[in-house]
Order: sequence, then structure tokens, then C-alpha cells
Amino acid sequence: MTAVIDKAALEEAAREPRFWEAPPRPVWEEEPSKAGVAGKGIVLAGACLAVLFPLWIVVVTSLSSKQTITEAGGLVLIPKGITFVAYQELLSGGQVTRAAIVSVCVTLVGTAFSMTVSVLAAYGLSRSGSLGHRWLLMTLLATMFFGAGLIPTYLLVQSLGLTDTYLALILPSAVSVFNILVLRGFFMNLSSELVDSARIDGAGDWRILWQIVMPLSRAVIAVITLFYAVGYWSAWFNASIYLSDQSMMPLQNVMIQLVQKQEAPVGVSQAIKTGQISALAIQMAVMVMALLPVAVISPFVQKHFKKGMLTGAVKG
Amino acid sequence: MANSTVPRSRAEAETTETASRAADATGERPEKRKLSGKLSLRLRFRRDRTLILMTLPAVALVLVFNYIPILGNVVAFQEYDPYVSDNGFVAMLESPWVGVEQFQRIFADSAFWDAVRNTLVLFGLQLVLFFPIPIVLALLINSVIRPRIRAVSQAILYLPHFFSWVLVITVFQQIFGGAGIIAQTLRQHGYEGFDLMTDPGIFKFLVTSEGVWKDAGWGIIVFLAALASVSPDLYEAASMDGAGRWRRMWHVTLPALRPVIALLLVLRVGDALTVGFEQILLQRDAVGPGAAEVLDTYVWWNGVRNQDFSYAAAAGLIKGLVSVALVLAANKVAHFMGEQGVYKK
Repeated sequence: MTAVIDKAALEEAAREPRFWEAPPRPVWEEEPSKAGVAGKGIVLAGACLAVLFPLWIVVVTSLSSKQTITEAGGLVLIPKGITFVAYQELLSGGQVTRAAIVSVCVTLVGTAFSMTVSVLAAYGLSRSGSLGHRWLLMTLLATMFFGAGLIPTYLLVQSLGLTDTYLALILPSAVSVFNILVLRGFFMNLSSELVDSARIDGAGDWRILWQIVMPLSRAVIAVITLFYAVGYWSAWFNASIYLSDQSMMPLQNVMIQLVQKQEAPVGVSQAIKTGQISALAIQMAVMVMALLPVAVISPFVQKHFKKGMLTGAVKG
Repeated sequence: MANSTVPRSRAEAETTETASRAADATGERPEKRKLSGKLSLRLRFRRDRTLILMTLPAVALVLVFNYIPILGNVVAFQEYDPYVSDNGFVAMLESPWVGVEQFQRIFADSAFWDAVRNTLVLFGLQLVLFFPIPIVLALLINSVIRPRIRAVSQAILYLPHFFSWVLVITVFQQIFGGAGIIAQTLRQHGYEGFDLMTDPGIFKFLVTSEGVWKDAGWGIIVFLAALASVSPDLYEAASMDGAGRWRRMWHVTLPALRPVIALLLVLRVGDALTVGFEQILLQRDAVGPGAAEVLDTYVWWNGVRNQDFSYAAAAGLIKGLVSVALVLAANKVAHFMGEQGVYKK
């Protein structure tokens, strides 16, 4: 029996939907109404615009010349004549350059330290039959329910002699119990056969962690690293109470002075006074410097968020 | 977890075997037996010492920076004098005891009660205006079936969560502030300008909307995960029974979200006295303490700024104790409602 096979139609049915096409609906689901689709589109587009529009203004204004900014009467909506003077001025030495370097170094060192401690603790607690497991876990968990309070912590950091050192920006908030729990939850869900067979082959715990558990947990490790890094990058409060030396301040604290208190940064003020650069462009450029690393890195880690967050966090 | 079912040493293997034989004899369910119970402490320590060693740095950090300061709360019952000694600990030992005098001062201070009121009002606003938004957004995104649109809009909505509070407030200032883009455009067209950032009357709404901008998108994640775990069979069955899209949402989707909503609500209530310390501290000077002071900033102002350590520590202690009580109470309520809560019973 020979049937006429329409090859084109078969291929048409078998191919993956193009990205603008909707994937097939289940048969029982009714087609959405035009108004429903339009309504959904408007709300979603509105929400996305509410996020993107302010960022667009900030970036465009930081790239505009003084003349464009004056003509636009403040913040620029449509770029005209892109220039990088503001960034050149900020990064050619002086307060902002130093603050950026401080922020980058504190973030790198702090994240590396926090991750080392957290991964070790999470692995150490990932076998529920081990000696002292319950006690150690309880010691960590209890801190999620109560804090010691601002004043006693301040007095402790002062007594330890950490004030006016960069350690004060790292040590007091180095471990997050929540992050350890997420890591631990992920480690516990790894196939135990793998770990056991490695142990039979003679691998110790250090080796198992480094060569088996870590490579299998790249997703969650990426997510937690991002959390720690964002924490260090965004922190300003510890610096504001533990550091008194202006030249040690990280970028966020300099941004407070610059934008909220409307002070010109040391080293750049001359250029603003003589009218070469708009003070607004300088402020916006500092803001871009603060948001850029986060905005660039987080989308790459994003695909792991759901997996990384939920395996551990919700189960606790 | 499952590791403990596999014997890790010869001694344990033997114990396991005898244990299982004994279990067979008594007819006890084998998974109920305790594997490690028969191992001597010394043996268990030798087996697990690497694991314990790995945990120690984190435990040490938590002990130093979370537990030792709890002892420091004794300054709340003192008249702490920071000038007695350069070292805070020595100063603590030498400061005179005053009993509950600090607490009496606090309860007599109207600024403290203002801070309490502001904290509770802000908490209420956040609960009503912030809490439902991620749920609605998650339902919306979940109903979009084009994968590209879903991915892109999620990526955009998550983004502000990773910005620092300094940045978020600065962005708001540049848009809604007195020198911001909206006020300037209005002035250019002959209208009167305005400054939302320094207006005490709307400060609480401003703080709430900043929170929505920063974290509403991030809040979607947990709801989306809950939605993804709903079996499509349920929808199909409901549809076969004649349920339209709204009835499916009401009878299938929302019940699936119920445990997550309950859990987050419990967490939020337990955290009621903490309403955005950094965020409010950054804007406190612009609107004045009358509208902006919350309990956390009250402690900061009296302790760090005015160096009245004992008074601030006492205020912080009150807040901490009430918070712990709230967490425990909220968790009790969760258990009562049949949800798991933050920790298990």
C-alpha cells in the first residue's frame, strides 16, 4: 500500500517552534482571548519597563556631555553625542578610583573567604549520621532566629581591635547560615552512591569534596557565590560605622556622599568647577560603576536560581 | 542522609549485621533501627573528625560574631562608659550597674513609641501593598507559554534585587526627587515642581514602593517553583469536568500556592519589627526622624551616633526579645494551620 506522504507537512509538524511562536497548547486548554493576551502583555511590559527605564536614564546621562545635559534640562532620555569624559575623570585617580579598588578587593577576598568557610561547613554537615552533626547544626540554625543586636556587636568589633581595618568589612558578616543551608541541602541531594564508591576507592573527605561534590554542585555554588559577592559589593553600613578614615571607604559609601549629600568627589571637583563636566554626569557615572558588575554577572547565574535556591532553602 | 545506611567501617558493618539480625528476630521494621547507636564515641569521632574539622571555621565565626555579643547585652543594665578604657570589654567590666533604669527611660521616651508606631505602620503597609504583588506577577508569568518571553521578563524583573539600597534610593531620588527628572520637566513646562523624597507625609509609601521595585520580581521565584510542581493532570482533569480557566485557577492553582503563601506570611510576621534598616537609615535625614524613625534606626541613632550605648542596647534588647517571641508565635500558628513553618516540630 502506498500512501502519499506529504514530506513538507511532516517536517513542519516535527520541527521545534521558532522563538516567536507559541509552543503547542494541550488540547484541553482553550485559546486565550485577544483582550486577555493584550492585558497580560501590557502588565508584563509595564513591569519590565518600570525596571529598565530608570537604568536607561542613568546610563545615558552618564554618557552625555555637559551641553546635552543642559539642553535636556537635567536627565537625558535620548542619547546624543556619547562621551566617556565622566568615566575618564573618575578613573584617573582620586577618591572614586580608590573606592572602586577597595570595593573590588573587599568583594573578591570576602567572597573567597565566605565561600571556603561555607562550602566546608555545608559538606561537614551534609551527613546526618555524623558525630556532633545535630549540635553543630543547631548552633548555626539558632542564629537565624535571634541576633545579638547592633550595639553589642559594635562593642565586640571595637574590642577585637577591628575598627579602621578592612577585616571589619569582612569578618562580622562572613558567614550566612541561610547560604550554608542551601549548599547543604544540595550536597545531601547528590547521589550517595557516587560518594560511597569514591570512599571505597580510598578517597578521604577532602578529596571527595574537591573532586566529586564540588564539580557536581556547580549550579548552586555559582548562585551562592553571587549572593555573597553581591552582599559584599552592596555593603555600606559596616564601613560607615567601623571605618573613620575617608580614604578607606568603599564605593557605596562614596556614592552616598556624592549623590545624596551632593558633595563633589575629591580630585574631580576642579573639573566640575571649571565647567568641563556636568556634576550630574559624574554622579550617574558613579552609579553605573556600582550597578555594572551586578547587572553583567547576575544574568549568567540566573538560569541556576530556581534549581539552586529551592533544593535546599525550602526544605531547610 | 542515605550515607548512614552504608557501613563506613568494619566495626560498623558488624554492628549493622547484628542489629539487622536482632531486628529480624523481634520483627521490628529495619529502617527504624539506629545505626550509629552502638558505635563507641571514640570510634565515631575517629570516623567523623574530618567532617567536624570542616565545620569548625563556620561555627567559630558564628560563636564569635553571633553568640559572644549576646553576652554584651549586659550593658543594657549598666551605665556603660566608653571612656573608661580603650578596650570595650574592659570598659564593660568597669562600668557601674544601674538595673532596669535604662528600660524605664526608654518607656518614658515618646520618641521610642513613635519609632514603634512607625515600625508597625510600615509593616502593615508592606503586608498589604507588597505581599500580593509577587503572587500576581508569578501567576501572570506562569500563564505565558512562550519560553522566550518568560525567560526575558524574569531576567529583567530579578535584576533590581541585586542592586544595593544606596543605588536604589539614588535612582528614586534622581527620578522623583526635587532635582529629579519629573520635577524638572514639570518646572520647564511652567508647573510647580515637587519633591517626593523629603515629604514626611508620603514617606512610608515611598519606602514601600522602593521595596516593591527592588524585590517584587525576586519574590516571584518561589511561587513559580510551586506552580511548576503542580501536575498538569490536575488541570486536565478539571478541564474535563468543565472548569474554565478562572475556575482552574481558583480550584487548582491557588490551593497549590497555599502552603508557600502561608510559609512566607509566617516568616514575614515573625520579622515584623525589622522593616528595612539600611533603606530607612539612608533616608532618615531627608525626612526627619518623626516619620522615618523605626526601631532599628532608633537604636543606631542613640547608640552609634549619640554614644549612649547602654540606652541603645536596652532598646535593641527589647526589640530582639519581641522578635524572637514573634517568630516562635508565628511558627506555632503555622503548625496549628497544618503547615510546616520554619522549623519542624
